[in-house]
Amino acid sequence: MNLFRTILILAAALLAVFGEATFPVLRHWLGAQVDVLPVLMVYAALYADLATISLLAVLGGLWFDALSANPFGASILPLYAVGFVIYLRRDLILRDLSFAQLVLGTLASAIVPVLTILLLLTAGKQPLLGWGSLWQWLVMTAGGAAATPLVFALFNWCDRTLGYQPRTETSFRPDREIRRGHL
Amino acid sequence: MFRKKNYLALGAVTLLALLILSLPPRVTARLKLAAGSLFLPLFGLANTTQQLPADLANTVLPRRELLRQIENFRTTNEVLEVQALQAAAIARENSQLRALVGWQQQVPWKLKLANVIMRDPANWWRTVQIDLGSRDGLRENLPVLTAAGLVGRVSSVGLTRSQVVLIGDPNCRVSVLVENPARDTGVISAGGLLDTALVDLTYLSGNANLKPGQNVITSGLGGVFPKGIPIGQMVDSRPVEFGLYTEARVKLAADLGALEQVWVLFP
Repeated sequence: MNLFRTILILAAALLAVFGEATFPVLRHWLGAQVDVLPVLMVYAALYADLATISLLAVLGGLWFDALSANPFGASILPLYAVGFVIYLRRDLILRDLSFAQLVLGTLASAIVPVLTILLLLTAGKQPLLGWGSLWQWLVMTAGGAAATPLVFALFNWCDRTLGYQPRTETSFRPDREIRRGHL
Repeated sequence: MFRKKNYLALGAVTLLALLILSLPPRVTARLKLAAGSLFLPLFGLANTTQQLPADLANTVLPRRELLRQIENFRTTNEVLEVQALQAAAIARENSQLRALVGWQQQVPWKLKLANVIMRDPANWWRTVQIDLGSRDGLRENLPVLTAAGLVGRVSSVGLTRSQVVLIGDPNCRVSVLVENPARDTGVISAGGLLDTALVDLTYLSGNANLKPGQNVITSGLGGVFPKGIPIGQMVDSRPVEFGLYTEARVKLAADLGALEQVWVLFP
């Protein structure tokens, strides 16, 4: 298990939640805040192990809910559902392809808020919903799509620059060397 | 596709989420505050970073500009002192008249200034967090306002910070009074999602005499908000449920999208 990648993903989740709560620039301009956690979950589901995905869903969800009026723990299951499904199918996905990443980032950014709202309504909460929610959903989806290539590029760079690189084994074996010349 | 390890992880996370969701509200409120305290160093860092450009700008501000600003503040201060004297005289007179009539004496408001430190990251709630908590004497349901008008109420209190639910959120309903001859009363409910300045005013009587521009203030009913705090101005109204009652839209006096500092009111 690459612990560095796990720490990197969790640190990014913490900073993402903090940024969403502290810098309301997009909210002023577009009327909605973009959530980066689904995009991080896509990255984790494609490149990390199941423990990292679970940690991201639990900690990311709890951090998000701690700064929000959501019931504590409401964001865990939507994030985990998206991450888990991608993780199960990731061997069939061309995960290094930018287009595949973009599609998955878009879908995750679209699905996670819908699942969260459904969960809130099921729990009997009354979130602020209306026709404007459709616009907010579009902004969140488009924002997540736009953030996906940036997040992947950033993580790949961090992984290359700071991460542990497994030593590649050569196919050369000394015991199989064919000695030539003198006996 | 489904291996045992995957099943276990799915079950464990689902169980944990359901367990947290089913905890009593008092416990989850504490857990929320504990999880939120992880962000405190980041808030300190962000405040310092935001303060840096202002400090730099202050160092390069010319002396002439500072002197001009001092002069302006001095003039404003003198005007405010005169107004405060007039207000004190009016308050004394009001108090004497109340004593004559036998009405209950009005208790002056106590206000405490708070900084807005963050907004709700979710788009479906309208809340902010302020940097005052229980150690500053805050408790749930205290009204929060700006100089322009009402902002909301304190919904949960931590040691050093509190959550304020803003007007327009479904969890902040305010009983209000329209300043017209009929003194129509209604309830401010959820607001527009994209325009935070507009909120809906419901449960007005069917024959309410509403006109654009009429002031809306808190009615004092409900026991949370004292009477007379400005809310905003009437924009338009329409009959609903075949004229059974009237709904209106109110433009809020306080700019909820640009809140930086607010006052917590201790009635």
